Amino acid sequence: MEEQQLPEFHRIPVRQEGEAPQLSAEEINEIDEERSHYECDGAAGLEALRIVQRKRGWISDESLRAVSAYLGIAEAELEGLATYYQLLFRSPPGTEVIQLCKSSSCWILGCEQLQADIIEELGIGPGETSTDGIFTLLENPCLGACDRAPVLLMNGELHTHLSGEKLRALLAEKRRRHADQSTD
Amino acid sequence: MLTNPLTKNIGAEDAAPDLEAYRNNDGYRGWLRALKMPPEDLIDLVQKAGLRGRGGAGFNTGLKWSFVPKDRQAHPIRYLVCNADEMEPGTFKDRLLMERDPHLLLEGMAIAAHAIGATSAYIFIRGEYHLATQRLETAIAELNDAGLLAPETTGADQTLRIYLHRSSGNYICGEETALLNALEGKRAIPRAKPPYPQVSGLWGRPTVVNNVETLCNLPHLLLHGADWYRKLGHGEDAGTKLFGASGKVNNPGLWELPMGTTVREIIEQHAGGLKAGLTLRGFLPGGGSTDFLGPEHLDLPMDYDAIGKAGSRLGTGTITVLDEATCPVGLVLNLTRFFARESCGWCTPCRDGLPWVVEILQRIESGAGEIDDLELLRQHTSRMGPGNTFCALAPGAAEPIQSALKLFEQDFIDHIRGGSCPFH
Ligand code: SF4
Ligand code: FES
Repeated sequence: MEEQQLPEFHRIPVRQEGEAPQLSAEEINEIDEERSHYECDGAAGLEALRIVQRKRGWISDESLRAVSAYLGIAEAELEGLATYYQLLFRSPPGTEVIQLCKSSSCWILGCEQLQADIIEELGIGPGETSTDGIFTLLENPCLGACDRAPVLLMNGELHTHLSGEKLRALLAEKRRRHADQSTD
Repeated sequence: MLTNPLTKNIGAEDAAPDLEAYRNNDGYRGWLRALKMPPEDLIDLVQKAGLRGRGGAGFNTGLKWSFVPKDRQAHPIRYLVCNADEMEPGTFKDRLLMERDPHLLLEGMAIAAHAIGATSAYIFIRGEYHLATQRLETAIAELNDAGLLAPETTGADQTLRIYLHRSSGNYICGEETALLNALEGKRAIPRAKPPYPQVSGLWGRPTVVNNVETLCNLPHLLLHGADWYRKLGHGEDAGTKLFGASGKVNNPGLWELPMGTTVREIIEQHAGGLKAGLTLRGFLPGGGSTDFLGPEHLDLPMDYDAIGKAGSRLGTGTITVLDEATCPVGLVLNLTRFFARESCGWCTPCRDGLPWVVEILQRIESGAGEIDDLELLRQHTSRMGPGNTFCALAPGAAEPIQSALKLFEQDFIDHIRGGSCPFH
């Protein structure tokens, strides 16, 4: 029988030849360490994405492919994880990620006003990054510091009892630090 | 006699006792006592002490453990998982325990692991809890370096391994079967029950999932006994609990108090009452997925059944205070937005119902609502009620909405009639 020619759109190239995205030795070490904690290798996929993001700031297509190749987990599956979990980023955030708590106690104590202040100061809304690439604003569920509301996390550091004034001072300080670095 | 077993090592300074300091203060003695007991006796003791799950559900901890199959040969691998994914809006109790006394949690885990025969244990911790993660990491390393978890020290058959898993974030991870999926490296989607995790959990192995605060109760329960533990409570329930208050109160915070402490004592005495010029409108007794209660409930004891009978849930025991100057419709909208965003998307009343409710509430809050919207909201909350969805997220989301419609109905009507939010 003659081999049937499939129409063009049926062939989906999974990976381009010659391109083998790599994980760093450090990443591999950390992933292997995590992998050893679980009965089943599949559990390492989610951990690997988290590790790669910590090193590279986000999960690019290349990173995703590198993890897929290393662990033998389908790219689609990893993509499913990367798009499901809130703390995994599929596009690059700014160097300062602001996680503003938008939950109940912070709402009672004025987080909407803080968000408005951020929008005014930085010109970015939730999910956006400032044009200078410094700030990304994310709306975050309760940060477990409701007794110190309103609060935000800035690159993992908790800032509590915020006021408009305190927030502006914090943003100004970060800006200054970045300006200093770029003129060094 | 000790009356603050959960916080006795927590001082004013933001630091955690290291292994040595912890051991010098009775640390790991409860565990060593547990190791001398046959697991069945240990389970029995905890069950009799009346310790109930502090994550919100309030299930008897010993009873939960007792569902793990006894036959060790048939089920050689068992897991213990600590649910440290504190993410319920308005809840800030587990953070304190992990940041300020990590060894207390680890000791509690070691005791629970012995009870169910687990040799691997995981702490599933929120990705945003950086300091807690760091302090737990240090404490685990200390334990391993000291060889405390090895068979030579404990006389147990196998070394106990305690691992940290940092969550990549989603409220639904706090649901125990969704949490197991996340630990297995999958999307965090709840599993069908039965089978319950105690029989078939992580990779199909018998697994117990316990909340941080629940586990922290164990070391002293073992050391001082079930009678002592029961007597710690003032009312029906045993033990102490971390109770908190946030919102517009003078002294928001967290306190270890006997179970059964009244709401009034927490809000008026410990939290110093409402800020000048404000009065209490209502409160959420234990997080965003509990029903609002009103000022008439101030004298209720914070006990699982007492709060339940009043039409709400004790939940996490951290009270969110609603004052008279804050818009209840706005607060309910805020909570529903959260739940809509966190829905895993599996069941229709939750996936489609919640965004719809958000839309209606938004309409009402902005003054464009109609009186029929109230009926529509009621319909939605009953569709999201228990039994109609796969997990408890949707019924939980319905609780603040349905109770607000009862307690604050006039506010909804005022928004609609007045064509704007009267609080703005
Ligand atoms: S109730 Fe909501 S969160 Fe729970 S399984 Fe259904 S869709 Fe998912
Ligand atoms: S509501 Fe903002 S920290 Fe809890």
